[in-house]
Amino acid sequence: MNRRDSLKTLIIGTAGAGLATTLPGCRTDGTDSNAGNADPNKLSDAELSYLTPKELDKVQRLRDQTFFTEHELATITALAHVILPANEYGSVEDAKVPEFIEFRVKEEEAWQLPMRGGLAWLNREANTRFEKDFRDLTASQQIEIVDPLAGYDHKIAERDRTQPQQFFGLMRNLTAVGYYTSPVGIKDIGYQGNQPNVWDGVPDEVLAKHGVAYEPEWLAKCIDQDTRETVAAWDEKGNLIA
Amino acid sequence: MQSNTNAKVYDAIIVGSGAGGGMATKILSEAGLNIAVVEAGPYFDPADPKTRTQLKWEFESPRRGASTRFRPFGDFDMAYGGWDIEGQPYTAAEGTEFYWFRSQMLGGRTNHWGRISLRFGPRDFKKKDFDGLGDNWPISYEDVKPFYDRIDKLLGVFGTNEGLPNDPDGYFLPPPKPRLHELFYIKGARASNVPVYPSRLSILTKKINNDRGVCYYCAQCSRSCNVYADFSASSCLVIPAMKSGQGQIDLYNDAMVREVTTDAQGKATGVVYVDRNERREYKLQAKTVVLAASACSSARILLNSKSPVHPDGLGNSSGLVGKYLHDSTGASRAAFIPALMDRDVTYNEDGVGGMHVYSPWWGDHSKLNFPRGYHIEVWGGMQRPSYGFGWNAGDMNQYLGLTTGSYGEGLRKDVRKFYGAVMGFGGRGEGIPREDNFCEIDPNKVDEYGIPVLRFNYKWSDYEIQQARHMQQTFEEITDNMGGHVLGEAKTAENDYGLEKPGKIIHEVGTTRMGDDPKTSVTTPFQALHDVPNVYVMDGGPIVQQGDKNCTWTILALSMRASEHLIDSLKRRDI
Repeated sequence: MNRRDSLKTLIIGTAGAGLATTLPGCRTDGTDSNAGNADPNKLSDAELSYLTPKELDKVQRLRDQTFFTEHELATITALAHVILPANEYGSVEDAKVPEFIEFRVKEEEAWQLPMRGGLAWLNREANTRFEKDFRDLTASQQIEIVDPLAGYDHKIAERDRTQPQQFFGLMRNLTAVGYYTSPVGIKDIGYQGNQPNVWDGVPDEVLAKHGVAYEPEWLAKCIDQDTRETVAAWDEKGNLIA
Repeated sequence: MQSNTNAKVYDAIIVGSGAGGGMATKILSEAGLNIAVVEAGPYFDPADPKTRTQLKWEFESPRRGASTRFRPFGDFDMAYGGWDIEGQPYTAAEGTEFYWFRSQMLGGRTNHWGRISLRFGPRDFKKKDFDGLGDNWPISYEDVKPFYDRIDKLLGVFGTNEGLPNDPDGYFLPPPKPRLHELFYIKGARASNVPVYPSRLSILTKKINNDRGVCYYCAQCSRSCNVYADFSASSCLVIPAMKSGQGQIDLYNDAMVREVTTDAQGKATGVVYVDRNERREYKLQAKTVVLAASACSSARILLNSKSPVHPDGLGNSSGLVGKYLHDSTGASRAAFIPALMDRDVTYNEDGVGGMHVYSPWWGDHSKLNFPRGYHIEVWGGMQRPSYGFGWNAGDMNQYLGLTTGSYGEGLRKDVRKFYGAVMGFGGRGEGIPREDNFCEIDPNKVDEYGIPVLRFNYKWSDYEIQQARHMQQTFEEITDNMGGHVLGEAKTAENDYGLEKPGKIIHEVGTTRMGDDPKTSVTTPFQALHDVPNVYVMDGGPIVQQGDKNCTWTILALSMRASEHLIDSLKRRDI
């Protein structure tokens, strides 16, 4: 067991034990607890108990509304698959990206028209070129439509790009947010935090990889994590003596 | 006696339960006083699993943590309120603007603040002596130092003793080690002769007593710590004071104070508040009143407390209540650092909730075109994917000479490549307080409780704009030194170099400034109203002049000092 692992044991064993009743389980990755339930419509009242009454009212109001039709949602789902294809961690559907987009577009009214118009444009394009809705196209046909929209000249401001480009840009951003904030995406990106930990510096191999090092004088000032549970005491001059 | 009047006469009524009110609650109750704490919002304990957001994942919010009117810093931020509270408007005089952030809950804004705990230094109390601008404080660093020392030990703050002339040493817990982006910042800043030191945050890297837990490095202090490892006035002051039972504390929640009541001689007798649930008004009586509702809320209460003896509002014979309002200056920049691309994601880089390193002000004014200074805060690292993660992810390819606008596996690779390669700088500095920057009562508008609202009059001067320009130049230089590229639109004179609008930094102070002369100040050096000795102001209001620091540690130290003065005065029957 290296120092890092022993510190981890330390916190799980001490502070962690005290926390067990109040924390929602000390999760070791993003997949425990209610991970299966990233659907905004399925979060229970208990899971949303942190919201104030006014906030809960708003969530409930939004849930009671329907914005996209079934067909539009299927188009969103198909396009989200093109934007971030499934891999070993799961799919945009597992990440509840369509449900998330529906919720956010209901909340941000300024997105409603561009999204609706963009979806219609996408299906017009699909039907004109392949005589099928976008959702029913083959992967290569979908890419044929999407590819010219995806790239952009960064010197051209977003508002000056074509409507289909702007629509695709918004879909790409919403898909990325929805995916990477889900249990699927958190595993995909490899994020290790949001759990009790004892930070004890950047691993040596990472320092070496990026060509930086700790200065001994700086490190000497930092917390010795073996003393974190010892109650602090100072001398008259402010020097820590315990 | 009206039926809505509580017959009990308290020793003190404390309005507000944030840093100032929380400290007053602790000190006054420990002296055995009977006190009423009147808080505009609900009860809040960071340890309560019902309201807790700490360690929640974005997918536990229906909007994945996006910001709303109710929580401008996102669903999990622990400040109920914001710049725009339904039913509680405020206005601004034509051609001026101010954004007023309020958090109404036990502990107030201390539940979500950045825990940046910087003492004002000796020079900060006497700046006029150096540049002739603004006014000196009537007190000096030496007057406040004993209280800073006590709150360091009482509440806990990590940092280091560096012997700097205007960033005093204290009683610090050891700081955490820098993260990778912070090591880059140290190098980049030093290359421009900008000094870097361990930051000073009121987060427990080590135990200070057996009542509070130790930081477990989730980087979420803005959600208020459920093991009390960061300082919030709720968890560290009001709740412990209520549990210790040394004094009698009655807590009134959802109680919006409208005014301070006075007797025929003009002495304060208590407060009137509106119960927000019943929408009915009540009176409380006390020997003393402590206003700690936040600088602008306390000014509003004073200005709304008109009586024959105090026709212009309580404590306002000088006409200065609401004047000299000033927020910290602030400007920010984000940067892409190619040397931080392709991160090794196999370790947890969360750290504490805030920066591990910072730069206190270093400038030499003989070479600068603006007065006063600022400190630099830094952020970055492999953070938890939150709302906005992956937004325009491929955009930064432009700096690598690659095409922008990936999708499919290309997008996935871009997101991974750039993860942890963006860092940011925030300059937080000192503006010059002016009499013509102020809040007053708007005669044409009331809030949903029938209370006349505030109208703000606030403009930045060229001093603050030039300071923001210097911030941007510094950020650009440091970014260059790291081989990086600054992001976002260019910061020019057209956009005031990114200077945040007044109020956006949420450090507003100065509305009831202290002084020796009742004609040029509202409160005494011990923070009692010159006009009404049994009313104290213990929030940011009495601050004469912000430093290039954040104000919370000073509000706490001054509240402790003023509370002890109040106790002495009561004992001596002076009030």
